[in-house]
Amino acid sequence: MYRSHVLVCGGTGCTSSGSTKIIETLQAEINKNGLKEEVAVVQTGCHGLCALGPIVIIYPEASFYAMVKEDDIPEIVSEHLLKGRIVTRLLYTEMVTDDGLKSLNETDFYKKQHRIALRNCGVINPENIDEYIGTGGYEALGKVLTEYSPDQVIQTILDSGLRGRGGGGFPTGLKWKLAKGNDADQKYVCCNADEGDPGAFMDRSVLEGDPHVVLEAMAIAGYAIGATQGYIYVRAEYPIAVDRLEIAIAQAREYGLLGKNIFNSGFDFDIELRLGAGAFVCGEETALMTSIEGNRGEPRPRPPFPAQKGLFEKPTILNNVETYANIPQIIINGPEWFASMGTEKSKGTKVFALGGKINNTGLVEIPMGTPLREVIEEIGGGIPNGKKFKAAQTGGPSGGCIPASHFDIPIDYDNLISIGSMMGSGGLIVMDEDNCMVDIAKFFLEFTVDESCGKCTPCRIGTKRLHEILDKITNGQGTMEDLDKLEDLCYYIKENALCGLGQTAPNPVLSTLRYFKDEYVAHVIDKKCPAGVCKALLSYIIDADKCKGCTLCARICPNGAIEGKVKEIHLIDQSKCIKCGACMEKCRFGAISKR
Amino acid sequence: MGMQNSTVPFAGTREQEAALLEVISEHKDDRGALMPILQKAQEIYGYLPIEVQTIISDEMNIPLEKIYGIVTFYSQFSLNPKGKFNISVCLGTACYVKGSGDIFNKLQELLGVDDGGCTADGKFSLESCRCIGACGLAPVLTVNEDVYGKLGVDDIEGILKKYE
Repeated sequence: MYRSHVLVCGGTGCTSSGSTKIIETLQAEINKNGLKEEVAVVQTGCHGLCALGPIVIIYPEASFYAMVKEDDIPEIVSEHLLKGRIVTRLLYTEMVTDDGLKSLNETDFYKKQHRIALRNCGVINPENIDEYIGTGGYEALGKVLTEYSPDQVIQTILDSGLRGRGGGGFPTGLKWKLAKGNDADQKYVCCNADEGDPGAFMDRSVLEGDPHVVLEAMAIAGYAIGATQGYIYVRAEYPIAVDRLEIAIAQAREYGLLGKNIFNSGFDFDIELRLGAGAFVCGEETALMTSIEGNRGEPRPRPPFPAQKGLFEKPTILNNVETYANIPQIIINGPEWFASMGTEKSKGTKVFALGGKINNTGLVEIPMGTPLREVIEEIGGGIPNGKKFKAAQTGGPSGGCIPASHFDIPIDYDNLISIGSMMGSGGLIVMDEDNCMVDIAKFFLEFTVDESCGKCTPCRIGTKRLHEILDKITNGQGTMEDLDKLEDLCYYIKENALCGLGQTAPNPVLSTLRYFKDEYVAHVIDKKCPAGVCKALLSYIIDADKCKGCTLCARICPNGAIEGKVKEIHLIDQSKCIKCGACMEKCRFGAISKR
Repeated sequence: MGMQNSTVPFAGTREQEAALLEVISEHKDDRGALMPILQKAQEIYGYLPIEVQTIISDEMNIPLEKIYGIVTFYSQFSLNPKGKFNISVCLGTACYVKGSGDIFNKLQELLGVDDGGCTADGKFSLESCRCIGACGLAPVLTVNEDVYGKLGVDDIEGILKKYE
């Protein structure tokens, strides 16, 4: 028994800001103070508040130390662990109030969250199966194998109303039911851990923080549909997740929780890992299976659906990581419990990765139906530097931008689709007045052009044309006719592309055209970029009142575009200016601005 | 993404080939073995030149054109060797809206190479990547295993200096 537990986040965010070094230093310092027998250091998964990493939490006091540096460690050990005095200066500032310390669960970031999928993330050591079992892990699998028939499992999942968390929102129970109904000598259970949406890292956090929950849920799914083999297709770009999955699989096999005759029930189930190799289209279910089979990850037309003919031509179900992370809790607490959360058609909670222009970047899990405003202003802590909110982007390259006029919309699958975006896997990127929406549309199209597998023409050529038109507009050469062409082409691609990637690729263009048409028009008619992003449309101007004539800008200009003598007002020759912005960066008097 | 065949002459060693042959014989009969074998081969050689693809093709009795098709499909596979220090700039959405595009341009300018290119002395290679999941630190770049976050354009020269 230890009297104190020091939890250090070992997720990708905190590891990137140096948490591995923090753990080493902590251990050395604890040994030095002779506390080795009393204090345990635990490397956990992500706590969610990545903006404040590296994060160290000390229990039983639940002191949340933010942005901890190596130099802070001796003080934490000698003050907190040795003398029992909390180091207030290092605490998450929101916990420190005039009336004493606030509990972490009362802070704005955490108080509205409800953690089901992230239940164990940041709480247990993901590399130790005993800690997972200690928090109720593998209880659901045991219950299912000893008390439930496969049909009862499926009915439970159907009753819970759980829908796929990977983007499409297809009812999970129904998917299982279809696969169960198809007889075959072999069936497969796959896990989509190829989280490809840029700016989304929910699944990574579950894999890094609680890998066993995925294994347990896949075994439950295998029992329900009659499969004995599972595959997890995980991004190679997530090395920590891959390591922890490998450890988890080995431990589960050792404990007899994977392999032959699990819980003495006669049920066999095993799982293999397959690494993705960096192709966004492999998030599409048929492409993912083609890739596991060892081919170019190109999608194929459906039907036949994977529930009929999937991996290696056998009936297969594919669910994403977050979907699986909900399953054991639904079995343990019952479908009614799960269905009591959320909205009419979207039950339970959803994990979002908050990113972009928002103070509390990180991971949050909230009940479905939480208004966007609450997520951004309260949980997310608002927009930094007093800037104005412009749009929230959800659904990654398949989604759309939500403008301020829809700020109060309750977030669920159907509401997001009704306003031209989609849930996607849960990336939520906030943009402020400094982001140009035409440029953002172009950014996403550049992504889809790059990631289109090339199999079908509407996607391969259509997205390229969309990108070209957007490029023309951001270069100031667009016409109003181009805007119409853009819209027509979008609908054509949506209707004709083969797979989900192509069908949704025009969404970023359509949603920005719908809500931010004025910005497009400004680029086309006024030849201006209102946000000051599109280089070709900018002009740098020297404010005559502020210029002191120091000549610095003239000396720094790489193209000799600035003229002026010492102590005289300088001028930029617009025909020579290459819009690099070097002058504005260097001016000490704030006299240069871009318009 | 830098998919031209490499101009650097192939310099694989006997040990590397032995390691590759062992990997192949170990996985040869697995279903869908090609991807894991290519991934291991890239670990061994650092990249997948046509010479390595030919060995795999001969050993596994899979047409070279199929292997080439797979190698060029996935962005993780590279036909070119990487520099001693490989710089990877995240151009995922969260990083992009916080200015990683400018950081990437600055690196192209300083190193004089394009996306997927390598400096003439073999020291730095540069690539763009899609979201490494450290969005809390946006904008982010990595140099081999080192991660640099919350960057501005002005930080770039200082980072490069560390590896001079």
